[in-house]
Amino acid sequence: MLAYLFYIVAAITVTTAVYLIFEKNPVFGALYLIQTMVSLAVLYILLEAQFVAAVQIIVYAGAIMVLFLFVIMLLNLDIGEETKNALPYQRIPAILMGIALFTIICIVIRSKLLQGKQDQYTTAFVQGVGNTKLIGNLLFTEYLLPFEITSILLFVAAIGAIMLAKRKL
Amino acid sequence: MTNVSIMTFNILSILPILILSGFGMIVLLVDVLSSRRLGEKNLLAYISLIGIILAAIFARSPAGTTLFSFNESFAIDNYSLFFNFIFLLSTGLTILISHSYIKREEINHGEYYALILFSTIGMMLMAAGADLLNIFIGLEVMSISIYILTGFKRSKLISNEASLKYFLLGAFATGFLLYGISLVYGSTGAINLKQIASFIASKGGISDPVLLMGMGLIIIGLGFKVASVPFHAWVPDVYEGAPTAITAFMSVGPKAAGFAAFLRILITAFGSAHDEWQKIIYILAILTMTTGNVIAIAQTNIKRMLAYSSIAHAGYLLIALVSANDMGVSGTLFYMLAYTFMNIGAFAIVIVLSRKGDEFIQINDYAGLGFKHPLLALAMTLFMFSMAGVPPTAGFVGKFYIFSAAIKSGYIGLAVIGVINSVISVYYYLRITVIMYMKEPTREFAPLTISPLIVAAIAISVIGTLHLGIFPSKVMEIAQQATLMLK
Repeated sequence: MLAYLFYIVAAITVTTAVYLIFEKNPVFGALYLIQTMVSLAVLYILLEAQFVAAVQIIVYAGAIMVLFLFVIMLLNLDIGEETKNALPYQRIPAILMGIALFTIICIVIRSKLLQGKQDQYTTAFVQGVGNTKLIGNLLFTEYLLPFEITSILLFVAAIGAIMLAKRKL
Repeated sequence: MTNVSIMTFNILSILPILILSGFGMIVLLVDVLSSRRLGEKNLLAYISLIGIILAAIFARSPAGTTLFSFNESFAIDNYSLFFNFIFLLSTGLTILISHSYIKREEINHGEYYALILFSTIGMMLMAAGADLLNIFIGLEVMSISIYILTGFKRSKLISNEASLKYFLLGAFATGFLLYGISLVYGSTGAINLKQIASFIASKGGISDPVLLMGMGLIIIGLGFKVASVPFHAWVPDVYEGAPTAITAFMSVGPKAAGFAAFLRILITAFGSAHDEWQKIIYILAILTMTTGNVIAIAQTNIKRMLAYSSIAHAGYLLIALVSANDMGVSGTLFYMLAYTFMNIGAFAIVIVLSRKGDEFIQINDYAGLGFKHPLLALAMTLFMFSMAGVPPTAGFVGKFYIFSAAIKSGYIGLAVIGVINSVISVYYYLRITVIMYMKEPTREFAPLTISPLIVAAIAISVIGTLHLGIFPSKVMEIAQQATLMLK
């Protein structure tokens, strides 16, 4: 049952992602992107990562997409015209490299060598404690330092936004 | 209700970081609270310098010990202490050379000093990070601060362009790095460098293609940060467009931080996979040195020339990385320190000669400087000699150690290519000296406005370059102690 759900959602994710690339109207493009993000959230839930799924919806489908749509509306972007290909010589190498990367990824996935950390965080254990609680615990114990430094990172980003965008300093 | 017990950690290990972040915020607050009364903002530079000196004092205190805190993810050993010293030195020198420059260019905002301090925090985290997560967060803090600083001349188109270019390409490189980290985590189940190392050792080397791909992507991400070829396309434009003081900072601090992370990741985590990555770095080193030196010859703009020279120096440092022995690591430390002195010194002189609205950065502008300002020309000559690797300067000793390390590891071909490249580089470094002393001035030199702080920066750089060149043994000894703990 879950396997079927996975295939359906995965198909939706890939299809909307492809539509996003080929869509000429930016508003429709943004809508396809929202659909991609939401389908990814469903995939996270299938992987028992409910917290990541919730964050995915809140941050990407919520905040970032609203920002995207705002920018599209404010700039009043028209339906994209056929623009001249600015990088004619990169087209063929890019397609070849893309195929090569796709092949490599397929080989890697087929080789089944991915072996994540399993020891203490089994599905049963995570379900027992609760997803959110476990992440919260880890953030304030094992990963305290990177968690705190992230606040400086956000602070720097805020300074940068004001610094570069404010009309008059 | 369960209790979360926050693990114990040694406050001394992160004290320099705490001090710098505290001072960064103090600078911002003082700037806001006193902006009307304090037209000149001299105070902010002094506050930042005090912060750096305090951080340096406390950074020094755990010398000689190895401290792992935060669940083994943060390492205070002689290696990270040496790098912390390089970062604080380059930050201090940058503030000294910025003070008059940003006033003249009318970009004298408090955020300037705060961002420099914050980016130093990122560098320290990169050098001390013993797991990939800390290294990544440190790299982001450092990079984002520098993207902003690059675009600090908001009214200048060239500065905006540089900032945007650096940001877009940097974000792309970060993506590579992060993808690499996630693949390494996926295949080893660990982000701690030591755990990755023990996993690889237990498998008897890397055979997993996922892990190999992850390692390759990490090399791309860090290769971008240290400006190695073929990930160097951003360097000349960004160096040219950024405010000159930031160019000086950018060519030293982030490069040192990139190498700090590079060495620690490749030697600590992938030490037993040396054969795999050594081939990649070998080719990168040759490409980087040769491209940097050959293109530098054709430059007429001194900032662009120094940009290509900085690419070439990254190539020499990659030689040390290939050899991956103790001598290579201590050679990197020594070379980075020497490079800090000579490069910031050279940029300081570019800043002294420039005026508002006239950057004075064509190499031909330097004609006749030797007669007009003999002391400045002498200092510039010294820095150029040092970068070319002429004894008795710091650059010579650094190159000597790096090439010896390569020979000791059996990479004689690489050392020979390095020496040939040094010879090529002599041409464009000495050309500046020749123009300064043997050509008639093509244009008027305006009276110089020299602030005491920038004189101090040049004096420190001259003394450092000469001292490391004539008496290298003491510093080299410290650098050698730093390498013992890396593995």
